[in-house]
Amino acid sequence: MSDDWPLFEVFIRARSGLEHKHVGSLHAADERMAIEHARDVYTRRQEGVSIWAVRSSQIVASDPEEAEALFEPARDKVYRHPTFYAIPEEVKNL
Amino acid sequence: MYTQALDSPTPGVRPADSGDLTALERRFEERIERDEKIEPKDWMPQAYRHTLMRQISQHAHSEIVGMLPEGNWITRAPSLRRKAVLIAKVQDEGGHGMYLYSAAETLGIARAEMIEQLLDGRAKYSSIFNYPTLTWADIGAIGWLVDGAAIMNQIPICRCSYGPYARAMVRICKEESFHQRQGFEIMLALARGTPGQRAMAQDALDRWWWPSIMMFGPSDATSTHTAQSMRWRIKRFTNDELRQKFVDVTVPQAEFLGLKIPDPALRWDEATQHYLTGPIDWSEFKAVLQGNGPCNQERLQARRAAHERGLWVREAAAAYAAKHGGRGAQPRSASDTATARAEGSTP
Repeated sequence: MSDDWPLFEVFIRARSGLEHKHVGSLHAADERMAIEHARDVYTRRQEGVSIWAVRSSQIVASDPEEAEALFEPARDKVYRHPTFYAIPEEVKNL
Repeated sequence: MYTQALDSPTPGVRPADSGDLTALERRFEERIERDEKIEPKDWMPQAYRHTLMRQISQHAHSEIVGMLPEGNWITRAPSLRRKAVLIAKVQDEGGHGMYLYSAAETLGIARAEMIEQLLDGRAKYSSIFNYPTLTWADIGAIGWLVDGAAIMNQIPICRCSYGPYARAMVRICKEESFHQRQGFEIMLALARGTPGQRAMAQDALDRWWWPSIMMFGPSDATSTHTAQSMRWRIKRFTNDELRQKFVDVTVPQAEFLGLKIPDPALRWDEATQHYLTGPIDWSEFKAVLQGNGPCNQERLQARRAAHERGLWVREAAAAYAAKHGGRGAQPRSASDTATARAEGSTP
């Protein structure tokens, strides 16, 4: 079995003013080819004006097993949201 | 295009209701029950992983092999417009294969391994692509019927419980609609053409109708894995339900074209409000699936030849990448890189 080319994650900016968004992945021999393949695979219908390609091996990801430890502490801090505060209706511009 | 419910057995499948669930399995079942998406790094039962690996890779292979019957007509398309459209469609099929291979890889199988499974004949792909494209009308019939059946099957997979497969399918479905419409347009042009062209359209419908409705896979009565796939929310409808939907929408389209569906038993049933078809010849389906269709050999030979002929390109690209430290050729403008770098540091 031959080896695969390195895997890249592809991020596309749909229009200027928007952030790059993850759209998928692909294999490419090198960085230049990753951009060219991303163009062919992910922008056949004007889906983007800019491409980022990142080697998948370079992505650092959180572990789903740690999701609770990471994200649970925010759950009981509803006071971080504006709707937590009761303001009389007659008060305006607040 | 699409994969069909091939229902090859998964080793070690334990029914989800065996009453012998571990805590992890129970949590997984509950997440499925709540319609949560399962993502690559989440825990999942081995049988779920293997079912998806098989289904997604078969689906990917179907897209790739699906380029062959239509590619056959690119050089002979009747006009520049038709040719441009057909090239775009075939390129889309290749793209769909790429999205799907990527989705399958998230389950822990290498791309090279999937390609090898296809080339050495271990992997299945949709039986429909083992039929030949004899005339230009076949390109119309494939778009109209084969892509039509594919869409019918793929839309529910957009809600599949496995995130990467569902996301790939959303992208594919968006692109697939043009495929079906261009096919119908070809059929319409032929149906409104000369008597010879009408006959050509009818002949294509005669040959593609039954294989198309077999694309939905074996009937529910004989499909052993449908129930498990539906419980895992990989599938949302049974093979027969999807087939019925396809028949119901397609019969009136054939009537509009003035073409006759090659099924003498086909009739509208007032009681169920459905079109009922005659019996399906499943022996043909099985024969084609087992490698005895008109083009099985030819399709695999074409894939193998492409893979072998591309070897020097892959090797050269890898050598070039090694020589340049994985950077590849310099981008056309140095300032493009500078901008990307700057953005990368402050996302």
